[in-house]
Amino acid sequence: MEARPLTPIGPPGIPRGAGLRAIAWRRFRRHRAALGGLAVLALVVAGAIFAPALTSFSPTALDPDHSLFPPSRQHLLGTDDLGRDEFARVIYGGRISLLVGLTAMVVGSVIGVVLGSVAGYMGGWVDTAVMRFVDLMLSFPAIFLLLILINWTGGRAPVLMMIAYLGLFGWTGLARIVRAEYLALRAREFVEEARAMGAGARRIIFRHILPNAMAPILVQAAFAVAGAILAEAALDFLGFGLPPDIPTWGNLLTQAEDYITSNPVLAVAPGVVITLTVVAVFFVGDALRDALDVRTR
Amino acid sequence: MSAYVAKRGLQAGVLLLLVSLVGYAIMSLAPGGPLAVYLHNPQVTPDKIDLLRRQLGLDQPWYLRYALWLGGLLSGHWGYSYYTGRPILAMIGERLPATFTLMLSAFVLAIVLSFPLGIISAMHKYSWGDTLLSFGSFFVWAMPTFWFGLMLQMAFAVRWHVLPVAGMHDIGNGSAADLLRHLAMPAVVLGVGSVASWSRYLRSAMLEVWGQDYVRTAFAKGLPWRRVVNRHVLRNSLIPIVTIMGLDLHVLFSGAVITESIFGWPGMGRLFLSALNNRDYPLQMAGLMISAALLILGNLLADLTYAVLDPRIRYQ
Repeated sequence: MEARPLTPIGPPGIPRGAGLRAIAWRRFRRHRAALGGLAVLALVVAGAIFAPALTSFSPTALDPDHSLFPPSRQHLLGTDDLGRDEFARVIYGGRISLLVGLTAMVVGSVIGVVLGSVAGYMGGWVDTAVMRFVDLMLSFPAIFLLLILINWTGGRAPVLMMIAYLGLFGWTGLARIVRAEYLALRAREFVEEARAMGAGARRIIFRHILPNAMAPILVQAAFAVAGAILAEAALDFLGFGLPPDIPTWGNLLTQAEDYITSNPVLAVAPGVVITLTVVAVFFVGDALRDALDVRTR
Repeated sequence: MSAYVAKRGLQAGVLLLLVSLVGYAIMSLAPGGPLAVYLHNPQVTPDKIDLLRRQLGLDQPWYLRYALWLGGLLSGHWGYSYYTGRPILAMIGERLPATFTLMLSAFVLAIVLSFPLGIISAMHKYSWGDTLLSFGSFFVWAMPTFWFGLMLQMAFAVRWHVLPVAGMHDIGNGSAADLLRHLAMPAVVLGVGSVASWSRYLRSAMLEVWGQDYVRTAFAKGLPWRRVVNRHVLRNSLIPIVTIMGLDLHVLFSGAVITESIFGWPGMGRLFLSALNNRDYPLQMAGLMISAALLILGNLLADLTYAVLDPRIRYQ
C-alpha cells in the first residue's frame, strides 16, 4: 500500500489549467499574419535600438562628395542629396518615429483612461461633462487645429511638443470605450464588495476595475501607435512636423520628393518601412482583439 | 422628426460657434503673429509696422477681433486676406471648383470600386479573393498618403510617361480629356482609403443581414439568388454605409489638403496651407470653419439619412 500524505480539508484547490495569458497567446498564435507582424516589429525595433551597431555611418554627417549615390555594398540604400547614408537615416529615423508613436500613445491613453474611467464610474454630471467634452473634441477638424497649434512654435514642432499634440488629439475614442466598460463593470459584485470593505473611489477605479478593463485598452493602444506614426509622417510632409534636420521617416520621405528621378530608392525605402511597420501593428492589434475577446462596437 | 432636426441643427450651430471661438483664440494667442515677418526687414520701419497693425486691427484684443469677425461671417462678409488684401470669399471661390472636382471624383471612384469589391468579398467570404482584399485594405490604411502619391508619380509620370506629374491642366489645353488625365492620380490617392473602408463595411454589413430570418424566407420562397442579394441583402446593408459616407465627407476634405500638395492641385487645401505659413488669420479661419462645417454637417446628415432609410429608427 502506498503512503498517501494527508491533505488538509478545505476548499478544493483551483483547478490547474491554462492561465488567462496562455489562453490569449494560444488564440493569438492562430493568426499567422499577426505572428509575421510581431517579427516585423521586432526587426524594426531592433534596428532602432541597435542602430549604432548596424551601421558605422552617422545619420546626419554631411559628405558632399558622395551625394545621391545609388545603393551599393557600402551604402546599402545609397546616399541622399547631402551625401548622408540613407540606411543609417532609416534605422536612426526609426528611433524618433517609433518613440513619437509610442509616447504619443501613452499620453493619449493616460488621458483617455483617466477621463473615461472617472466618467463611467462616477456617472451623473461628471459623466455628462466629460462626454460633452469628447463630443466637442470630435467636432474639431483635427488636422486644421493641429496645424494652427503647431504654428505656435513657428510651423515646426519640437519632439516633446509633437508628442503632446498627438496625445492630446488621440484620446477621445479610448475615453468612450473605457467609459462604456466602466459602466458595465461598476455594477458587478467585486466592485460592490470592494466598496463594502471601505475602498475609496480612486482605489476602486484604478485597482479593482482597471485590470478588468485592460483588454479593450490594449487593443485600442495598438491602433493608437499606428495612428500616431502615420499622423507624424503626414505632418512632416505638410511642413508642420518635426524640424527637417531630425531624421524621421516622414522627413526622409519628404526630402526624397525632389530626387525621385535621380535616386528613387530614397523615396521607396522609408515609405516601405512605414507601411510595413504600421501594417504589422494593425495585424497585431487585430489578433489581440480576437485573442483578448474584445467585442467590437 | 422635425423637432429632432431642429434640435440637432441647433446643436450643430452651437458646436460650430465653439469651434470658431477656440480656433480663433488659439490662432490669435500664438506668439509672433502676422507682422513678425516684417520685423527683420530693413525696408519696413517700426512706424510702418505700427500703421499696418492698426490697419489690420491687430492692436485690438483678440476677443474684440473675434466678435467683429463673427459678425462679418454671419452677415456673409468673410473679411480680407492679410497677405493678398483680396476678399476671402473671392479667393475661396476661385479654388472651390478644383477641390470640389477632386473630392467628387474621389467619391465617385470610391463608390464605383467599393460596392463590387464589398459584395464580392461578402458573397465569397474567406475565399482567397476576400483574404486578399482584406490584406489590401490593411496595406491601404497603413500607407502614408503622400508616399502612395509619390510612388504613383514615379511609376506613371516619371517612368512610363502616361500621366502628367502634377497640375490640373496642360497650358492652353482646356479639354475634358486633359483634365481627366491630370485628375487620375490625385483622385486615386484621395479615394483609395474610402474604397478600402467602405468595401470592408459593406462586407460586414452584408454578412450581418445574410443571417437574418427574412433572407432565409426570401430564399425559401424560391426567389432567384440575384434578386435576394440585390433586394433583400444589399438594400438593408446600405444603411451603415451611407452613415460612413457622411462621416467621410470631412476625411475627404482633410485628405485633399495632402493630395493637393503632392500633385500641385490648385485647390483650397493648398490655399489654407499657405494661409497657415503666412499667418493669414482670416483665411485660416475660413479653412477651419469650412472643415468644421463639413465634419458637423456630415455627422448630422449621416444621422438623418439613417432615420429616413430605416423606418425602424424613430428619433424624438
